[in-house]
Parts: sequence; C-alpha cells; structure tokens
Amino acid sequence: MSTIIETRELVREFKKTRAVDRMSFVVEPGESVGYIGANGAGKSTTIKMLTGILKPTSGHVRTCGLDPMRQRIAVARRVGVVFGQRSQLWWDLPLGESFTILAAIHRLDPAAGRARTRELVDQLEMGPQLGTPVRSLSLGQRMRAEIAAALLHTPDLLILDEPTIGLDVLSKQRLREFLVAERRERGTTLLLTTHDMGDIERLCDRVLVIDRGALAFDGTLAGLAATVGAQRLLVIDLAVPTPPLTAIAGATLVSNESQGLRQSLAFDPKSTTAAAVLARVSAVAEVRDLAIEEPDIEDVVRRLYAASRP
Amino acid sequence: MAARVCRLTNLMCTFWILVRAGFRRHSTYRLALLAGMVTNSVFGVIRASVVLAALASAGKSIAGYDPATAVAFVWWGQALLGTVNLWGFQEVNARVRTGDIAVDFLRPVDPQLAYLAGDLGRAGINLVARGLPTLATGALFFDLAWPPGVLSWASGFVSLLLAVVVAFAGSFVVNLLAFWLVEVRGIRMLYMIVGGLLSGLYLPVPWFPDWLRTVAQWSPFPSMLQNPVDILAGRVAGGDITGTVAVQLFWAVALLGLGQLVLSAGRRRLEVQGG
Repeated sequence: MSTIIETRELVREFKKTRAVDRMSFVVEPGESVGYIGANGAGKSTTIKMLTGILKPTSGHVRTCGLDPMRQRIAVARRVGVVFGQRSQLWWDLPLGESFTILAAIHRLDPAAGRARTRELVDQLEMGPQLGTPVRSLSLGQRMRAEIAAALLHTPDLLILDEPTIGLDVLSKQRLREFLVAERRERGTTLLLTTHDMGDIERLCDRVLVIDRGALAFDGTLAGLAATVGAQRLLVIDLAVPTPPLTAIAGATLVSNESQGLRQSLAFDPKSTTAAAVLARVSAVAEVRDLAIEEPDIEDVVRRLYAASRP
Repeated sequence: MAARVCRLTNLMCTFWILVRAGFRRHSTYRLALLAGMVTNSVFGVIRASVVLAALASAGKSIAGYDPATAVAFVWWGQALLGTVNLWGFQEVNARVRTGDIAVDFLRPVDPQLAYLAGDLGRAGINLVARGLPTLATGALFFDLAWPPGVLSWASGFVSLLLAVVVAFAGSFVVNLLAFWLVEVRGIRMLYMIVGGLLSGLYLPVPWFPDWLRTVAQWSPFPSMLQNPVDILAGRVAGGDITGTVAVQLFWAVALLGLGQLVLSAGRRRLEVQGG
C-alpha cells in the first residue's frame, strides 16, 4: 500500500492568520500518529485539508495517494473521520438506522454491511442501544457509535479529532482498548488529535507536535521527552519511616509522604538509570516496593513550547 | 427490505435508502404532522370560502376557474403545502453556519443528492400523513373538481414530484448563501414571501394582473405549486399537460444545476467555523 498521508510545504491562511505554516510530514500505512498541540495550533485545519473539506492556500497534500480537494469522494471511501464535537449520525432516528444509511452511502454490499455492523456493535457493546434514537444516547454511547460509524466502511485511515473529550475514565478506557484491538486486527492507520495524553500514551507510536501552525516535533513519545529533557520519577515505598532521601547522587527528592514511608525521586534518564538510583537508595534503607512514572506529556509539550518561543 | 431494494443499481439503492431515512425522520414528529394538517384544513376552509365569494360576485368563472375547479385549486394547494417545501428549509443553512456541513463533505456522496433524497422522503410522509387528510377534509365539506382521467392523475403525480424537486432545489441555493453570508434569514424571508405569492398559493397565477403574471411565469415559483395543482384540479388537461410539466422539468434541471455550481464554489471558500 502506498503512503497514507503526505504533506509538503502545506499552508492554509485565513483572513489574518496563517493557521498551518509550511507543514511537511509523511505517514506510512499502519502507523499510529498522535497529533498534538494547543488550541488553535492548527490541528483541525490540517485534518480538514487532509479530508478535502478545506482548500489549502498553497502546498501539496495527498491522502491515500489522492488529491483530497479534487478527489473528495474517493478519499471519503478510504478515510473514516470522527470529529468529537460533530455528529455523523442521524439525530432523530434509532442508532441502527444510522448504520444502515451509512452502509448504503458507502455502497457496501448489504450482507457485508450488516456483517461489519454486527462486528462493530459487538466489539463496542452497543447492541442494547441499536433501537435508541441517537439524541437519547449518553455521550459515551454516542462516541462509541461515532467511531463505529467511521469504521463501517473499513477505512485505510482513521482520523479521530478529540474522540475522548468529555468521557469518563471507564468510557475512555473501553474506547482505547477497542481501538488497540481494531488496529491490531486490521492494521488501520490512525491519526489522533487529543488533549488527553493518556490517549497518546496508549494508542500512538509516533507524535507530531504542532505549534502555531508549524511542526515543532516529529518522533516517538520517548524521543519527545528526551528532547525537552523531561525527568522520570522513581516512587519508592520503604519498610520503615525513613528520613528524607536528600543525599542520593543523580536524583532529587520531590516528595515525602507518610513520615518517609513513600518518597519520590526525580532523575534524568540521560545521566543515570533507575537501577542506579534504586541501588543507592537500597544502600541506606530497605525498599519494599517501587514504581517508575513516565514524564507527564502535557508538561513535556509545555516545555517544548517554552523552548521554541523566545 | 434493503436486500430487495438493492437489486437496483448501487446509486439508486443509496438514494432510496436516503429517501426512506427522510421519510422516517419526519414521521417521528407525529404531533407536528397533525398540527400541520389541522392548520392547513382551517386555512383551506377560509380560502375556499373567499374564492367562492369572489366567483359568486363575478357571476361567472374567472380565467378558467369555475367554483368546483377553484375550490379544488384551494384544497390541493393546502394539501400540498407541506409536501412541497414551499417555505423552504433551514437545515443546510444551519449546517453551513455551525460547520457541520464538514460532515457532509466527509461522505462519498454528493451533498445535494443526499439532501434531495431526504427531502423527497419528507415530502412522502407529509403527503400521506398531512396532505391527503387535508384534501379529504376539503372533499368532505366542499364540492371539488377531480382530475378528469387516469392521465391527469398520473401526470399530476409526476408534476407534484417535480414541484417537490424544484422547491427543494430553490431552497437549497438560498441555504447555500450561508457560505458567503453568516445570516441568511432576511433573504429566506424574502424568498418565502415572493415564493408564496408567485407560486399561486394565495391566488391562482392566472388571476394576477398581466404584469405580475408575466413576472411569475418567468420565475420558477409556479412550478412549485400552481402547475401540479392545475393538473390535479383539472384546469390543465390533455395536451396542455406536456407544456406544464416541461416547464417544471426545465426549472428542476436549471435550479439543481445552479445548486451544484453554488455548492462547488462554496466548498472552495468554506471556512469551517469552530473545531
């Protein structure tokens, strides 16, 4: 299969602002890409250009090898999109009807359409809601339905724009598990924008950071953390209350709870390792349990912004 | 159901399922249909009485309308008022304004075709649940002229279908102006007033003074109501039907074509609002 997304020097200007500024990146089949940035950074504008909704001011864009503006319908057949804040379902009809209509719009063979619907409905556990009018669904139910609707035609590329916005922890978790399974099964390429870094951590192998319309970072999540020098956190549970561990080389104490029973040490993974820090702690106190916390991505992105701004 | 229908070509199948969806969507609002039927009937009684009084004072038929044809004209008009979307719709305009139109562009189907299908479904449920009961009410209380034969019934139905298409196509263009104007309420209001008058809703177009009749005849509005009602009330019959339907066909093609041009221009300048 050819390249799924290709942009070169892509620019979109609105009346006074340049929402997307010479954006160039490539996404290959099967990749799972988190597309992150602050509000108004240009994420949605990029997605709209990828799907033929918005005409680029200049530059080159290909989605599934097609020109989205000229070949909108061909692109629509190969791409599934969920805009978290817009619905593609028929508001006043029972949910099941929306799937029937979408299957017809995508010209699926009726038997295949029904089989695919059943599969998605089973995996997303939406059977009981099929007879419910969409307007009466809860937000979590509706979002699962939106994702099923976007996947009904088994697209090569799934674009999710803020899919977990407003969802509770359990709904988020179920949605992520489903997406992981679906991608494992079908190899669907995923482009995801979100403010929820949990989504990125669990779903994406690659991160694109957009800042003021321009690409600020392209690489792995770990690479992003390394770039901005984020520290990792070693959380240690000790056998007995212990005085603050302030004298551990290469690490700094950031918190001390329960009279020293739980202490957290921050360290830079580039200059030392978790094992080395642990060994030094073990030399002075008995360790019962430990956990290593990854950098908070929101913090990482904030630092990236701070570093790129004068 | 779907399996049987889908022996048609693929596009026909898609179109048909969208028609059905429009029918079902609008059939969920039963109270609105009932209220519409009652309103149409009440105004039917008033209008029919006024027209009969006018004919009585004239003492003869006016421009080919005798009392029975005139009353049929009124009641068919009232019956088809909800079927033909004479006042226009706002859905597309609202979707352009909120940016939800983006979702329509994400589907592998022409938005105009999809909305037309939905509107035909809406027309269907309105004809069955609102129009025909209104007509029955009229027939119960007044002496109506009926189409003179099978040909008139059949061509009246074709003419009605074209009327629905013309009214849709016109309103679709007005809705799309939202691509350029944030607020199209004023234009819609103007369209409603001019359309109501020139379509022959208030008075038959042949009763207009010469100059206004000329204006109406050069506009698409009579194709939205006057033409099918004339055929169904039996005023236009035989060979005259061909010309009447041909005019409608012309406007259907012209306005759908204009809609395509406006849609494609609008898409190029679309600035999806929010998110």
